[in-house]
Amino acid sequence: MSAAIHTDMNDMLPEAPVSRLEARVTAANAAGRPALVPFLTAGFPTLDRFWEEMDGLDRGGADVIEIGVPFSDPVADGPVVEAASLRALENGVTLRWILDGLKARAGRYDAELVLMGYYNPFLQYGLENLAADAAAAGVAGFIVPDLPLEEDAEMRALLAARGIDLIALVGPNTSEERMAEYAAVASGYVYVVSVLGITGVREGLPPEVPQTLARARKAFRLPLALGFGIKEPKQLEGFPDRPDAVVFGSALLRHIDAGNSAESFLAAWK
Amino acid sequence: MKKGYFGEFGGQFVPELLMPPLRELEAAMRDILPSDKFRAELDDLLRNFAGRETPLTACPTLSAELGVHLWLKREDLLHTGAHKVNNTLGQALLAKYMGKTALVAETGAGQHGVATAAAAARLGMECVIYMGATDVVRQAPNVMRMKLLGAKVVPVQSGTKTLKDAINEALRYWIAQQDSTHYCFGTAAGPHPFPTLVRDLQCVIGRETRAQMLERTGRLPDMVVACVGGGSNAIGMFHPFVDDASVRIVGVEAAGTGEPGCYNSAPINLGRPGVLHGQMTMLLQDADGQIEPSHSVSAGLDYPGVGPEHAHLGAIGRAVYGMATDSQALEAFQALTRREGIIPALESSHALAWVLNNRGKLPAGGHVVVNLSGRGDKDMEIVREVLFREGELA
Ligand SMILES: Cc1ncc(COP(=O)(O)O)c(C=O)c1O
Repeated sequence: MSAAIHTDMNDMLPEAPVSRLEARVTAANAAGRPALVPFLTAGFPTLDRFWEEMDGLDRGGADVIEIGVPFSDPVADGPVVEAASLRALENGVTLRWILDGLKARAGRYDAELVLMGYYNPFLQYGLENLAADAAAAGVAGFIVPDLPLEEDAEMRALLAARGIDLIALVGPNTSEERMAEYAAVASGYVYVVSVLGITGVREGLPPEVPQTLARARKAFRLPLALGFGIKEPKQLEGFPDRPDAVVFGSALLRHIDAGNSAESFLAAWK
Repeated sequence: MKKGYFGEFGGQFVPELLMPPLRELEAAMRDILPSDKFRAELDDLLRNFAGRETPLTACPTLSAELGVHLWLKREDLLHTGAHKVNNTLGQALLAKYMGKTALVAETGAGQHGVATAAAAARLGMECVIYMGATDVVRQAPNVMRMKLLGAKVVPVQSGTKTLKDAINEALRYWIAQQDSTHYCFGTAAGPHPFPTLVRDLQCVIGRETRAQMLERTGRLPDMVVACVGGGSNAIGMFHPFVDDASVRIVGVEAAGTGEPGCYNSAPINLGRPGVLHGQMTMLLQDADGQIEPSHSVSAGLDYPGVGPEHAHLGAIGRAVYGMATDSQALEAFQALTRREGIIPALESSHALAWVLNNRGKLPAGGHVVVNLSGRGDKDMEIVREVLFREGELA
């Protein structure tokens, strides 16, 4: 939906800058496909291979890359992401290493970049420094799975001041009223969690996914990205309303861990 | 103040998928907990199933040595052997009123697991207990007790394979099973409303102590002392005295082996503020915000965080948080056993150890109450090992 449609209501308001993430997802949709959003844990499987796979994802047509910032205690994650996270920590990955690496590669990626991680490492880095360094590193958004609306005001404001989105997460048990509360502050895209559960590869998708997407459609004007348990396009067949973006994490990590390239994973989706 | 905060500490740092069950729990605390029917039923369970009220025991020998009147609040005499059952009976009953059919819980030493399994069995609920694989081995008798009580015990193989990882796994399970299952959190920590709920259920300790002191001595204690793991037995003792300026409050954290830089379980003394398990609190963590492994000879204190209300009471200076090392706790364990005929849990021995090692800080001639949070039966194996090694047992 373009801003122009709202001119009758918004005559007096300055136009909000269009989010890079929102624009990127919308562009993919305009080309007739969902935006592809791979998740890759930083420093996995090794420090060097991580950067190679980043290049591969970028070449392979990723629209947005979610870079996992490892944490010792990832409560929203299943065994695959947790193991990747712990391995990355053993490899010596820190948030500073990630941001320095991205700064050194600024302008290299066609894909937009999102950092996804738990709150404590961000907090200890210092939220103001984080916003500044993330902006310098070309990061367009953050996803913080343990930072619900009640706790996110400070981080959201500091990021917004740098033009960086804090992505809202909603799921099968998020009511329409609650989604509306998120809609009042959300930007970028909305991460729709497919399942009442944690990350991990699943065969089918839960039957309630269409209802969750329908509630989110009503509540948000932003694009919807579906994640948790997604591996291949056929899981989305027969959905009345296709998500605007698809996120794959555990399936991609497993694919890489088995010795395959990240780029080859994306081929199935094009 | 923001909802669910104690000063700067507390909050609800959880995945959005856990917000609905946390709100459901808040509503139940508001609507069910205060009702006469609930309170009467819980009171009956506490009296006639768990064994309340617990005695307040004077310690003549140690009192003479220390120059104070030393009292013990005897939570060790409760059913299942520790204060934990005050909390699990309250939460299990609440869950039942909420229409839940199952409980999930984490456990470290196994005391909270046993107390949850007993409450579930008593109230006819299913029970799943997550326990770090390392703890499953070192606390084998409690694993047996949980299984006998009908609980399913799931060893956790991830991370450090101890309590913090068991909490991670129980939270993950709860996300998926929230419709049928209540998370019976074991200490006054975690996301709001758990620190408040567990504290309110444990406050029976401090309320009884207060009444017993007034009845026996005609006055309030000059000092109350309790060990602090997550902080439930301590906040249960402290909270009813917080507004009494004359009562000094001392929490005791586990210092581990005690040499500089050793692994420990003393986040208020040796940690920094941060976020773990849904709460902003004092944490053992490295410079990058990764959680550090903790250590204590007592598995029940072996946790890198602490309940947010303790972090707050420490920050504003209303409570003082001291430390006791593994070996000081073992000495206190032996002192109480030989001098007063009571075998305390190693956790509770930390509280007593602080008293024995800080005579200069005690109110001379005054009344000091130590919360004896649990009994030492579960610790026989660990104590035997250490005392044999040191040649004190043949
Ligand atoms: C006897 C005893 N005391 C104390 C604790 C520590 O817990 P909290 O700090 O919540 O009282 C435990 C935990 O297992 C325990 O078993």
